[in-house]
Amino acid sequence: MSMLEAEQLSLGYDGPAIVDQLNLVVTAGSMTVLVGPNGCGKSTLLRGLARILKPRSGAVYLDGKIIQKLPTREVALRLGFLPQSPLAPEGMTVRDLIAQGRFPHQRWFQQWTVEDERITTQVLEMTDLTDLAGRQLDTLSGGQRQRAWIAMALAQNTDILLLDEPTTYLDLAHQLEVLQLLQRLNKQEGRTIVMVLHDLNLAARYADTIVALCAGKVVAAGKPWSVMTPEMLRQVFGVEAAIVKDPVNGAPICIPHGLVGAALSQESALEQVVYAGR
Amino acid sequence: MRDGWLILRSQRLPLSLRLDRRAPLTIVTLLALSLLVFIVSIGHGEYPISAVDVVSTFLGLGSGNDDYRLVIFEFRLPRVLLALMVGAALAVAGTIVQGVTRNPLAAPEIIGVSSGAGLAAVSLIVLVPGSSVMLVPPAALVGATLAFALIYGLAWRGGDSPLRLILIGIGLASVTSALTTLVVTFADFYRAGQALLWLTGSVYGRSWEHVRALTLWLALLLPAALLLAPQLNVLSLGDEIARGLGSRVTAPRLLVLLVGVGLAAAAVASAGPIGFVGLMAPHLARRLVGPAHEGLLPVAAAIGALLVASADLVGRSLFAPIEVPCGVVTAIIGAPYFLYLLARTRMRASGGET
Repeated sequence: MSMLEAEQLSLGYDGPAIVDQLNLVVTAGSMTVLVGPNGCGKSTLLRGLARILKPRSGAVYLDGKIIQKLPTREVALRLGFLPQSPLAPEGMTVRDLIAQGRFPHQRWFQQWTVEDERITTQVLEMTDLTDLAGRQLDTLSGGQRQRAWIAMALAQNTDILLLDEPTTYLDLAHQLEVLQLLQRLNKQEGRTIVMVLHDLNLAARYADTIVALCAGKVVAAGKPWSVMTPEMLRQVFGVEAAIVKDPVNGAPICIPHGLVGAALSQESALEQVVYAGR
Repeated sequence: MRDGWLILRSQRLPLSLRLDRRAPLTIVTLLALSLLVFIVSIGHGEYPISAVDVVSTFLGLGSGNDDYRLVIFEFRLPRVLLALMVGAALAVAGTIVQGVTRNPLAAPEIIGVSSGAGLAAVSLIVLVPGSSVMLVPPAALVGATLAFALIYGLAWRGGDSPLRLILIGIGLASVTSALTTLVVTFADFYRAGQALLWLTGSVYGRSWEHVRALTLWLALLLPAALLLAPQLNVLSLGDEIARGLGSRVTAPRLLVLLVGVGLAAAAVASAGPIGFVGLMAPHLARRLVGPAHEGLLPVAAAIGALLVASADLVGRSLFAPIEVPCGVVTAIIGAPYFLYLLARTRMRASGGET
């Protein structure tokens, strides 16, 4: 059964549609990564899937029901969303932030149940933040802060997690740290994860399904080896690239070596160099 | 998990609450300080009454001095009570506006309350000769509400946005204050003085009638603000996060803003636009108990009460028998504080990322 599905989905802000009559099926328990060039509609699509953005036409279905017709809170109990580089109020501690993830589970007079406390403690351990619980977010490193935000989304305790570039601005070690955490959640707890990543090689390593977007449409979707092809890279990113196999885990790795439009001029430049050498 | 929070949970009823651990002690300390200022303030004046006599008069064990009772209950008590209440209302309104706009430099002025109330009050004082002083508060209330409605309406573009609210709020504030200045220039000497005094913000000569009106507002709106604390927490994380967490965002934000407008408008209506309290109190409170609104709101309220009551006391004592309106005192403290915040925010913004 598919849990999240977009059907003929069109999304946009003031101008023309950013996501254009797009169809997408996110299977339950999968790790799906959206890739594509800047401005292709990855983040917009994620916002649409998270019910942050109202569709212009078409619909998003959550467990077969039109998500727009479900109450906001009910959606928040099943689907968590983390936007790109969120900002917390000054002075907020890790513990305070994570506790906010319990918001959809709370009632006016029921602000902090035993269950709220249990899950928060569990999430702190899971994200290795227990020792940092009392620290203010602005005193943490970028990687720790990102982990705290993911922890907040985890405290929401939803089956589906949508994350917009959870590794932006992080160095390599912190990127791996975040992705390994998400992989663990996906494999061990069976949570469905949909995220936007810029790094194609990391996407190929961690995704079950890669969805390549271009100009608001899905160009290719499927297993990393079937999507990460020189043709896709040419068509979607406008790059000439070679695909090799990662010697450690067998995932495809892309090695870009030139721009599609510039390919000719590059060749002629090479010729000139060769001539000059004669 | 428990350290850092104070958790209150009922075994039988579905009741639970989470507060910053520092909140209760902070509130008690602030209330004790306020009580101190209260007693000193009540005793202070042209007819000084010692602290002991103030307390014993309140407890009804007085030496039977009827003068004390008259001075305390008829003249000084309403004024001091009003100062405390106005401070609390402005502080809570400021906390709300800062939380909703996610801008630590925002203040109730931004949602048009002070300028709207100012224009209405000054117009009444200047343009309607012979109007009763008691008509000023309702006029100010109407002006504040209209100004907020105008700002909110202009900021609406198929949806609300805190940023547009701030920008339009600032724009409208300068228009209304220009109009206010224009109205003042039409006034004769006496009325212009009266109008300017009102615009400074003061609790001078306030009576039980003012106190009763404000009490009603506070009794309604302060509990409402506390009940909305969880929504405020979520809204202060930004629209997308708030929506993702299951807040409807637009409706709760309007509701919270209306509570803030009501509080600020009621305060301004009874004491004029006392500046900087709505800016400073939430800041100091955040330093003391962190940004979670369950603790922040009451602490800010206590700080605001203490601030305005102290400012009034200082204003009355500094150049006695001349009274400096408490709005001047809060501005003298508040303006440098604002500059300090501005400098600090800019430093954070330029060197923030690690």
